[in-house]
Amino acid sequence: MTTMSESTTPPLAELVRQVRKTREYKRLTDAIPYTRFMGIGVENLAGEMLCRMAFNPRNIGNSLIPALHGGTLGALLESAAVFELLLQTNTERVPKVISLTVDFLRSGKPQDTFAKAFITRQGRRVANVRVDAWQDDRTRPIASAHALFLLSEQ
Amino acid sequence: MSDDFTLPEDKAERMERCAIFYTDVVPHNHALGLRLVDVVAAEATVELPYAENLVGNPETGVIAGGAVTTLIDATCGTAVFLKLGRFAPLVTLDLRIDYLRPARPGIVLTCVAECYRLTRQVAFVRALVHQGDPGHPVASAQGTFMRTEE
Repeated sequence: MTTMSESTTPPLAELVRQVRKTREYKRLTDAIPYTRFMGIGVENLAGEMLCRMAFNPRNIGNSLIPALHGGTLGALLESAAVFELLLQTNTERVPKVISLTVDFLRSGKPQDTFAKAFITRQGRRVANVRVDAWQDDRTRPIASAHALFLLSEQ
Repeated sequence: MSDDFTLPEDKAERMERCAIFYTDVVPHNHALGLRLVDVVAAEATVELPYAENLVGNPETGVIAGGAVTTLIDATCGTAVFLKLGRFAPLVTLDLRIDYLRPARPGIVLTCVAECYRLTRQVAFVRALVHQGDPGHPVASAQGTFMRTEE
């Protein structure tokens, strides 16, 4: 066991183990500066673990329409895949993305956006993940991605 | 053919015109601190300064992939405007990013994007992200963009 002096925050691996049990997802998403900055959180909605990116005016890419920046949708899709791997597998380190392919299907309106990741294959070292993002209607996704991650060996 | 959206020939003026996409006109580019540092022909160079709030792995301090995706998307869009020689409504159709090596914490990320093919409706762009040495890129990317005007 390692101890961190002058801090009550447990090391990430310990935090991940705790959150898998307690489902206090905010403790984990708040421990990662970028997801906190982006307003990306994990929620249990109707028994399903989903990612939500809360709308924030600074996530706008096109002020005229207005529409969310494509990069923020990429960020939500990738974050959803990372949290799915951290919370649904036994990975204790943040998985490293090897490649990410995003299809932009519809423009993102200035409102909350949801994402759901599906692990399509998990090997010893590599995981393949598919992710969809939507707003009002889950059957009409606004973006989807497939990503490869390197899982660090424990 | 001349209108308010045509990019001037002069390089400094082109830079100035394109730089507006890194200010309040595109709030998210501004929020990440992206800055346009060069334009050459159909090639744009944009920097993403390192910032604590963009860290994706608190154990290593490595910047989040999402911030790199935004950097690439923005730089590629600017490269298309340069190739077109004017501003036109664009949407990203797809973006593929390969992470070639881990980004080092604390160091600015530089994206260089080139629009290498433009058709009447679709623009094809490739990009590299590096941390000072373009010969040792952190990421390589390829994207397609759709022109949405008539």
